[in-house]
Amino acid sequence: MAEIVASLSEERIAYLEGLVSQARTAAAIFTQYTQEDVDRIVKPMVLAGLEQAQYLARLAIEETRLGVVEDKALKNMVATEFVYNYVKDKRTVGTIREFPERGVVEVAEPIGVIFSLTPITNPTSTVLFKCIMAIKTRNAVIFSPHPSAGHCCYEAVRIMHEAAVKHGAPEGVFTCLESQTLQDNAYLMRHKDVGLIDATGGPGMVKAAYSSGKPALGVGPGNTPVYLEKTADLNMAVVDIITSKTFDNGTICASEQTVVIDDEIYDSVLQKFSDLGAHICNEKETELLGRTVIDPKTGYMQPLAVGQKATDIARMVGLSVKPNTKLLIAPIQGVGREYPLSVEKLFPVLAVYRAKSVNEALTVCVDVNHAGGIGHTAVVFSRNDEIIQKFSELMNAGRIIVNSPGSIGALGGVYNDMVPTFSFGCGTGGGNSTTDNVNVYNYLNIKRVARRTQAHMWFRVPNQIYFNMNAVENLRQFPSRSTVIITNPAMEQIGHVDTVRRHIPPETLVHVSVIPDAEPEVKVVMQGVEALNFYKADQIIALGGGSVIDAAKIMKLKYESPEADLEELAAPFLDLRKRVVQYPTEKVTKARLIAISTTSGTGSEVTPFAVLTNKQQGRKVTLADYSLSPDVAIVDPQFVMSMPKGLTADTGVDCLTHALEAGVSIFASPYTDSNAMQAIRMVFKFLPIAYEHPQDEEARTMMHNAACIAAIAFSNASVGVNHALAHAFGARFGVAHGRANALMLPHVIAFNAGVPTKFMPSPNQRGYIAHKKYAMVADLLGLGGKTIEEKVKNLEAATERLLDRLAIPRSIAELGISKEEFERAMPELVKIAFDDPSWRSNPRMPLLSELAELFWSAYRGRSLPTVAKASQPQTAEEWSCV
Amino acid sequence: MTSNGEWLEIDGERVVQGLQAAREALASAHSDVVLDFSAVRRIDPNALRTMEKLAGLADGKAVKVVLRGVNVDIYKVLKLVKLTSRFSFLA
Ligand SMILES: NC(=O)c1ccc[n+]([C@@H]2O[C@H](COP(=O)([O-])OP(=O)(O)OC[C@H]3O[C@@H](n4cnc5c(N)ncnc54)[C@H](O)[C@@H]3O)[C@@H](O)[C@H]2O)c1
Ligand SMILES: [Fe+2]
Repeated sequence: MAEIVASLSEERIAYLEGLVSQARTAAAIFTQYTQEDVDRIVKPMVLAGLEQAQYLARLAIEETRLGVVEDKALKNMVATEFVYNYVKDKRTVGTIREFPERGVVEVAEPIGVIFSLTPITNPTSTVLFKCIMAIKTRNAVIFSPHPSAGHCCYEAVRIMHEAAVKHGAPEGVFTCLESQTLQDNAYLMRHKDVGLIDATGGPGMVKAAYSSGKPALGVGPGNTPVYLEKTADLNMAVVDIITSKTFDNGTICASEQTVVIDDEIYDSVLQKFSDLGAHICNEKETELLGRTVIDPKTGYMQPLAVGQKATDIARMVGLSVKPNTKLLIAPIQGVGREYPLSVEKLFPVLAVYRAKSVNEALTVCVDVNHAGGIGHTAVVFSRNDEIIQKFSELMNAGRIIVNSPGSIGALGGVYNDMVPTFSFGCGTGGGNSTTDNVNVYNYLNIKRVARRTQAHMWFRVPNQIYFNMNAVENLRQFPSRSTVIITNPAMEQIGHVDTVRRHIPPETLVHVSVIPDAEPEVKVVMQGVEALNFYKADQIIALGGGSVIDAAKIMKLKYESPEADLEELAAPFLDLRKRVVQYPTEKVTKARLIAISTTSGTGSEVTPFAVLTNKQQGRKVTLADYSLSPDVAIVDPQFVMSMPKGLTADTGVDCLTHALEAGVSIFASPYTDSNAMQAIRMVFKFLPIAYEHPQDEEARTMMHNAACIAAIAFSNASVGVNHALAHAFGARFGVAHGRANALMLPHVIAFNAGVPTKFMPSPNQRGYIAHKKYAMVADLLGLGGKTIEEKVKNLEAATERLLDRLAIPRSIAELGISKEEFERAMPELVKIAFDDPSWRSNPRMPLLSELAELFWSAYRGRSLPTVAKASQPQTAEEWSCV
Repeated sequence: MTSNGEWLEIDGERVVQGLQAAREALASAHSDVVLDFSAVRRIDPNALRTMEKLAGLADGKAVKVVLRGVNVDIYKVLKLVKLTSRFSFLA
């Protein structure tokens, strides 16, 4: 900037500063205007422009000596009337667009001061167009016209300013440099009060704009390829091309440059061109033309030829043509420096190419597109939609004009429904930031006002759950040709398998597949799949605890979709609805899965989860998808009467953990709460009885139902950090799932009730409520306490008492794991727990260090002391958000 | 701060005239001048230029110009032309 300042005189700087100051003041004042205010100004401006369209066209021709007065007048009319037609009903002040279903509203913020450069080719029309856009968007513009079009532009700015101010626009809203130098432009392009540069013109100026470091709208040079394909309406195509290429003597940069014509129609097309006033050059003439109108040194068009009539160009070159010749057509044999006429020619000279095949035609169009016209415009004439589609995919052009004139077509609004413009964005290929037909939205900062939305939630349960004593009898109603019972040795020994077999209809062939008595591994699953295939099972009965049921779920998945990749399906995800992997939905063989649970804990009989263990790696992976949910769940307490005390305790605490974690989950809803809370009540009441009096039928029934009810809650609200810790720890030290959960439980309650170091993003909840949910549980259990803090403490204590009563070891140390061994395992434990998807629904996001702390607390067996402090008020309103 | 200063109400329909009167008042003022903008809905470029001059005058005299009841739309205009730091504002 210092160099630029040094090159300008003090007076010049004062002059430029004056322009900016005026514009800045006007733009600031403009911010007070409403939509109605600006709309009141725009209309009379448009009328003034229309009225002066011919006058300004004449001025432009006199000054620039290029183009056609009638066409320039027409352009001025398009720039006013057509642009007005497009903008008149558009909202550009305040709220401009609303998306109620997404809760998003767009609000306009003006840019302020726009520094606008305008071209020699469309001088006044560009000014009119930009003035209308600026008023509509409440911006002020400083114009810097092309030096050879200064006067006509100045006049256009004056007319627009006068009309605008007369109808209420702030004075100084448009200013125009009376004369300009590159230094002036450089100074203004870098001025701190200029918000945007809108550069319409040659590549040098556009590049300068983009290099200034300011946001800029630039346009790129064109080199429009046209594919005239054999199915096209030839009469229409030829007239369109002539209309377009001769419009304002070819000065519109979107106009046709090389027409690639199919061999079959080439001769007749050229004949038609000739009939309508084009001169078809012979080889010698083409060579001469190329040498004259294209600079042999640079390979670009000669400025002298720009905007000149065909007859004048012919005279310049020394060709003899008929006096009414509109267009010079030059056949070329290729694209590139050897074929000078294959570049952009902003005058009525058109190259044509004879293509032997569609492939050749498209290849030549690609070449033309890349010979200086990337991002700009391309034209195709065809009735074949496939060709049009292929052409659109191949051309890198912001505008692909179909069966209409390139130049007028690209301007928009006349031949098509594109946005009317005088600035063609050419995308990155043309060195621009947009491919838009630059319009009012490019003159606005669009602010998105995003309201908090409530994610849709769901509540899904298997549609058939049979519960209470002898519910297994319901097996009778399920017809099957071949049923495979998946179970483990204990179930056979106890006699549960026989019980089940008794209730299967006699016509069903039944096979029993006994899997090892352990949490499932891939190897076991694959053996089961073999059995299912061998017996062509149409029904699978999983009889056992969570391990057996989970194994059966995965067997079914692999049986029906052998290509399913378990590793991939277990990939981590943040939100079930948005996750990357998709479970197979098209099942080849459909086998009904009936889950009969024999433990009262996991609730696997109704959940969409299955946990696989990898003993070698010492880790568990959780598969989660509703397609894993069993089709039928049988919750019959006769199968749990045989549970030993330890198993009753462990699985019962697993159930309690499910309910508590679902209760505080960020996905908790009134639907899941009703199940979670009920399950918690049932566990606190009946688990000790079931544990102490294993033959108490009522307690067993209630606990068995509680496990299923809790599972319904966590199937929809998911679990939390307790499970993440237990999975990692259980797999590493071979501790049963329920017991591992129990070791973590009191510590996790304290952790979640504390003020989080990191909150979990949870759009469905208002504020942090985990501690309040625990307090609600305490109330439900009648534990007493006045404040939330007291209630949470009471819940922690009640949980501890329950665990004591179940004789569950109270610390990891008690399991005989040495401190050193635990310490060694810690980094891996933390890593695995952090990778576990279970905690993604936990209300408090665990830091890695906090996971380690939780493990250590469980090791020592003491609760974490912190409890949320901001928990005192207990108004009805506060509860209502729970 | 403002109790013994000069207090001028600016008429919403005649903002520039009001500001000119304020300039005169400021010329002879020894303490703060309070301009009550409560009745002003909008300002135009003329008013803005007059305010700029007013700020300059106050700077020269080391006297504060306090604007009272400025609506937020006008406040934003002043912000955009970087004038807010040159006035004091009173709700
Ligand atoms: N799918 C889910 O939604 C879900 C939820 C939580 C846990 N899990 C997984 O479930 C597994 C734990 O399942 P679990 O707690 O039911 O234990 P389990 O299925 O591993 O069974 C534990 C032991 O008890 C025996 N047993 C089962 N029922 C019995 C009965 N009625 N009488 C006597 N012995 C019986 C089994 O033979 C086994 O030896 C873990 O892999 C865990 O990760 C799954
Ligand atoms: Fe569990």
